[in-house]
Amino acid sequence: MAHDLTIGFLPLVDACLPILAREHGFAEAEGLTLTMVRDMSWATVLDRLLYGHSDAAHLVAPLAIATTLGRGRPAAPLSVPFVLGLNGNAITLRGDLADRVCPPGVLGDPRAVGEALAVVARERKAAGRPLRFGVVHRYSSHNYMLRYWLAACGVRPDADVEISTVAPPFCADALEAGEVDGICVGEPWNSVAVERGAGRIVLASAQIWRRGVEKVLALRESVMEEKREAAEALIRALIAAGRHFVDPANWEANAAILARPEYLDGSAELIRRAISDRLLLARGGEAVHYPDFMFQYREAANFPWVSQAEWLYTQMIRWEHADFSPDEAARAARVFRPDVYRAALLGTSEPLPGASSKVEGSLAGLTAVGTQQGTMTLENNRFFDGIAFDPHDLAGYLKRLP
Amino acid sequence: MRIAIVDESATRAAVIGEGLAAFDDCELFVVTERRGLVARIAEIDPDIVLMDLGNPSRDMLEEYFAVSRALARPIAMFVDESDDEAIAASIDAGVSSYVVDGLAAHRIRPILDLAVRRFNAFSRLQADLAEAKGKLADRETVDRAKRILMDSRGLAEPQAYAELRKAAMDQGKRIAEIAEAVVTAHRLMGGT
Repeated sequence: MAHDLTIGFLPLVDACLPILAREHGFAEAEGLTLTMVRDMSWATVLDRLLYGHSDAAHLVAPLAIATTLGRGRPAAPLSVPFVLGLNGNAITLRGDLADRVCPPGVLGDPRAVGEALAVVARERKAAGRPLRFGVVHRYSSHNYMLRYWLAACGVRPDADVEISTVAPPFCADALEAGEVDGICVGEPWNSVAVERGAGRIVLASAQIWRRGVEKVLALRESVMEEKREAAEALIRALIAAGRHFVDPANWEANAAILARPEYLDGSAELIRRAISDRLLLARGGEAVHYPDFMFQYREAANFPWVSQAEWLYTQMIRWEHADFSPDEAARAARVFRPDVYRAALLGTSEPLPGASSKVEGSLAGLTAVGTQQGTMTLENNRFFDGIAFDPHDLAGYLKRLP
Repeated sequence: MRIAIVDESATRAAVIGEGLAAFDDCELFVVTERRGLVARIAEIDPDIVLMDLGNPSRDMLEEYFAVSRALARPIAMFVDESDDEAIAASIDAGVSSYVVDGLAAHRIRPILDLAVRRFNAFSRLQADLAEAKGKLADRETVDRAKRILMDSRGLAEPQAYAELRKAAMDQGKRIAEIAEAVVTAHRLMGGT
């Protein structure tokens, strides 16, 4: 049966899977006609989703949970049956600051850069001009990853520095104008800042959490139930797009598609850097290869692990300085829907893990895991500080964090 | 009541502002500049903020509303659930609205309704203008294609038009599209 679906997105490289599912006919093969609607802020993407302008959206993962829990607006339950990718963000600092905390020509060591930054943060705070960082949304993985890193390096994100929201397309401007000292944003916006000489990339988010959940495909819970067949067809189309996206033979063509005016409206050259995990860290420098900078397909990267939703909830509580609520935690956990992902891919060649939740950040190397179908090997998925997240003890985990 | 209208389109902001000026207990502030937006809003200290739905500064402003301790009166999205229909209408029209907590719905509704009507009127105006421009361009292309057929094949004007019309019908296309193809082909063949 044929279905039409409208999908909202922001112009970021990790909106790639729905765009490529449409462009390469993977959606069509599943009987889907996709219409893509581009916006410039997450608030607009979310409004369109909640008021029915779109059926599904490319969304920052924490915002799906915040919306379900009613943060900042009445609660509206969302469902995430598919993770659009892991990581793919970077931290870019103004050149003078980067020079003080990170050796040239390389991505820094997160611990060393963080500790050097802590020294600068104390100086600047004492001088009455605290360091300022821009993140793309308060309910974004960018905000949580930046804070996780700073806190683990002895910087108190709410007391020692200032963190505010800057929309991705304005990150380079804000750095250039000195409104912020650093940004944590997705591609191509770090590379845009680098090209303009506004800053230097010092860290990739994958260095903070090697397998950190990033954008998700979100639908209203009621829409996902009503259009269940279409939602499952979309999952299969997105998986096919993921397989295509990670194949080096397709990088050039996919970068050109994503660069088009109706999608990212940007430079294919910069987009290709992110796709190929090869970033130029500073203007005029050499490209640096950092494997799995973006992680769109392998190791069932798109599987919505319930433990990822729960980790995001712990970070929300942590930075709201709110009390842990078992009831809220359960509602947050239910946002991620591995059952729908499984139903969509059962009987295909895609591996399906046996469990729906896992200890996050516990693997240091290759580990074979039990599956429902196919074979699956997970690689290093650690947090840089070595603290693992056990979803059976959320409150205990929160106590262990600084 | 203090109303801030935030819109990067100065024309649209003016159209809305003009409508709202009819309310005599309202003081209007129009902000079209992206730079310094948050500071400007803090200065205005509005009861209601009306903003175009697609404004790229919305995430930044929402964060400010959510976390700023500088604001004496917290601002929320206009999302009293009883008004869901009104919000849906405003989203459809392309207006997002933020209202100081506790402001009575009966004071908000007429303002929002008017903003929605003005936004819709502005969109229609834009659409009409685009259509008129399109039609004019189409007519010029068809005239040029007719001239090419008349010159190259010695046809009279009605015949030339009939040829274009027949080709359009045969191929299920608009006459303007066929005309465009003729003009392009002619240019490629070295004509002017």
